[in-house]
Amino acid sequence: MARKKASKKTEGRVVVIGAGVAGLTAARELLALGYEVVLLEQADRPGGHVAQWYKLFPDMSPTAPILEDLLSGVREAKLLCGVEIASIGRLGDGFNLILTSGTAISCSAVLVATGFRLFEARRKEEYGYGVYDQVMTNQDLERWFATGQDPRITGRDIRRAGFVHCVGSRDEKAGNTQCSKVCCITAIKQAIELKERFPQAEIWCFYMDLRLFGKKYEDFYIHAQRDCGIHFIRGRVSEVSEAIDGRVIVKAEDTLSGRPVKVSLDMLVLMSGMVCNPGIHALAGSLSLSVDADGFLRSRDNILHLNDSGQPGVFYAGAVTGPKTVPETLAEARSAALAIHRYLRGL
Amino acid sequence: MIDFGFNLAPSSAVNLDEIDLSRYRALLRMEPDARICMGCGSCTATCTAGPFSGMSVRKVLLALERGQHVEVNRMLEGCMLCGKCMMVCPRGINTRHLILSLCRIKQEENYD
Amino acid sequence: MIYQGKQKIWSDYQKEIPADHWFYVRSCIRQSFFPGSERQFLAISRDLLGHDIYETAHHTTCGGIAYHSDVIPQETAMTIVARQFALMTEAGYRNLVASCITSFGNYTETLETWREFPELEARVREHLWKACRREFEKPEYVAHASDLIYKYRGEIAARAKFRLVDKATGEPLRVVEHIGCHYSKMFPHKGVGGAEYPCVLSGMAEAWGGQVIDYPERRHCCGFGFRQYLVKANRGYSLSNTHKKFESMEPFHPDLIITNCPGCPYFLDRWQYVISEQTGKTYGRNGYGIPVLTYEELAGLVLGVDPWDLGLQIHQVAVEPLLDKMGVPYDPARKYLGLNEKEIMRPGLPSVLRCC
Repeated sequence: MARKKASKKTEGRVVVIGAGVAGLTAARELLALGYEVVLLEQADRPGGHVAQWYKLFPDMSPTAPILEDLLSGVREAKLLCGVEIASIGRLGDGFNLILTSGTAISCSAVLVATGFRLFEARRKEEYGYGVYDQVMTNQDLERWFATGQDPRITGRDIRRAGFVHCVGSRDEKAGNTQCSKVCCITAIKQAIELKERFPQAEIWCFYMDLRLFGKKYEDFYIHAQRDCGIHFIRGRVSEVSEAIDGRVIVKAEDTLSGRPVKVSLDMLVLMSGMVCNPGIHALAGSLSLSVDADGFLRSRDNILHLNDSGQPGVFYAGAVTGPKTVPETLAEARSAALAIHRYLRGL
Repeated sequence: MIDFGFNLAPSSAVNLDEIDLSRYRALLRMEPDARICMGCGSCTATCTAGPFSGMSVRKVLLALERGQHVEVNRMLEGCMLCGKCMMVCPRGINTRHLILSLCRIKQEENYD
Repeated sequence: MIYQGKQKIWSDYQKEIPADHWFYVRSCIRQSFFPGSERQFLAISRDLLGHDIYETAHHTTCGGIAYHSDVIPQETAMTIVARQFALMTEAGYRNLVASCITSFGNYTETLETWREFPELEARVREHLWKACRREFEKPEYVAHASDLIYKYRGEIAARAKFRLVDKATGEPLRVVEHIGCHYSKMFPHKGVGGAEYPCVLSGMAEAWGGQVIDYPERRHCCGFGFRQYLVKANRGYSLSNTHKKFESMEPFHPDLIITNCPGCPYFLDRWQYVISEQTGKTYGRNGYGIPVLTYEELAGLVLGVDPWDLGLQIHQVAVEPLLDKMGVPYDPARKYLGLNEKEIMRPGLPSVLRCC
């Protein structure tokens, strides 16, 4: 406590844009370093995407306690929810922000932690999201896990289900050539959870490559195959249609056997990928931040200076620079706090 | 019948709604590890018979899961049971035992 | 099916279609396959609605059929297209409407190619000048004739004598719409409603009282596929693709199929006979087939034109069950009377498919 009081003397106020897990984590570390922190959140409550998720891989951790923990660390920050930034500009060595409400905030450094937005699945028209009744997204399914409420599942006996990987990722036509990184493991996680709810169900995952890079991910894959009997078909779904009984019909090529396959399913889950939160692009313009070819913001470099925007006093954390897992985002947020500390101390 | 000089063409597409998976399920009861193949192809690459007889453990498992029994039968006949595939499988599947189990299932079917 | 979801997609793909002043180019094959269709288009747009639709006897094929059959290279096809543009320019028009889907696709593809590769346009201008001393302006708007009928659908509905409703039951007729592949699969934004859920034909069917069926193989090609049909050794593929569509739509019991392509209605109609001979199966009720109409023929029926003046007797699949459902009167004795009541030949009857 005494140490904390002493460090209170540290000069500087930091504005953190986005109160998702990146913003919350960075804010907590910045507070611990003695800075005054203002957290700006566009939504009505903090927590970002994680607040809408039910459980997280690889330990199937419920999200509620994680968020509670993160929120408990930012009680001393000034958290403004439901706000939008009208303008941002440099003022002396620092910055001046004006919110649409008219409130002006000055600060010494800005952390951009605006994260991602899910690819709008209806743009892949051939998959029929929003047109065919039994097509849903990863986010819809996660919400069903959490609430048990979804007309596509509630009250039905799901016997056959499918997951389409890479919806709006690795897709030049959708404008996203990059891999969204977490969808493979999320599909497997959700397939396992679905199998737990409907033990009789046959489940197919349609993938292009399985990218299971993280800790315990391979165990998840083997568990899905051996214990849950989930089928993996290497092939991208080309077309979805609706049968007369309302089931969805999925067409793909099983590229390992070189044959087209067709299957009728009670429900189909589209693994929507990550795109950069488009709200940040206007802000990027006023701060002269560069945007990468993939639409995410570009770090000064991708090895030594991930947190560094290349513009003095502006820092990045989390999925604003590209698709990331939650642990990666948290690690990056902690490192961003240190980078800001070094900057404000002139180190 | 009128000879038009052309006919409806057979389709190579696999309709997963209609295939017969009884053999696949019978094998899974005997060899649960059949599920954990990830299609790497190590077995086929090292197979001493495959290049001449068309045998491929990877393809046998896949064809079984897709209900392609004619292909499975044809490939099984090409296995020389040397067991080399077993040595290279990264998932540790006892491929030789699996082939023998499959042969047993096939034999029992023939007795029916 | 979430209808609002489709409406949302349709709103993304609305193209601008001027109502008037069009230079009309015909199809190579439609006048022999569906002899009343193009005439009906002119009757509706010109005579009924009073629009200015101009055509000239000097226009030729667009070259699309030869291009897609790999008989001529793209540059040749583009030069033929350039000549049509020249005829349009000479006649003082800026909007081009094509009767044929492949022509529409060919015009669109040519313009898009020139947009990407202006040097090709320059070369084609040179070819055209060398070949026939003509010059051209590019059209401001390119439409398919079904775009115009789509635009006029409300006016047609307002003048309808018959609706796509089963007279006996009062239920809407179940309509399968089939869009030619070259309409919007190449350039989704050039078609009304895009490529996945085009609404150019479904919009007409709904405006005239029908209920549109979305069956699983709706997007699938009719099977023509140019080389699939033109090379006899491949013709089984053409037949198989049509067969796949009929198998898929069968459970929905369609009352009719409407199309906007020259090839599709031909194959969807004629192959029903071949399938019935080869498999013994028919897809309509009581041994009949499913009538396949062009959108102009359907518009004509809705407006009360005599079915035999529309050329519906040329179809393989008997249209009488559809006429009976709609309550359209017809004289069976006049079915095979041609121009000036002259007897045209009567077709032989198939062994399986029931015809009247």
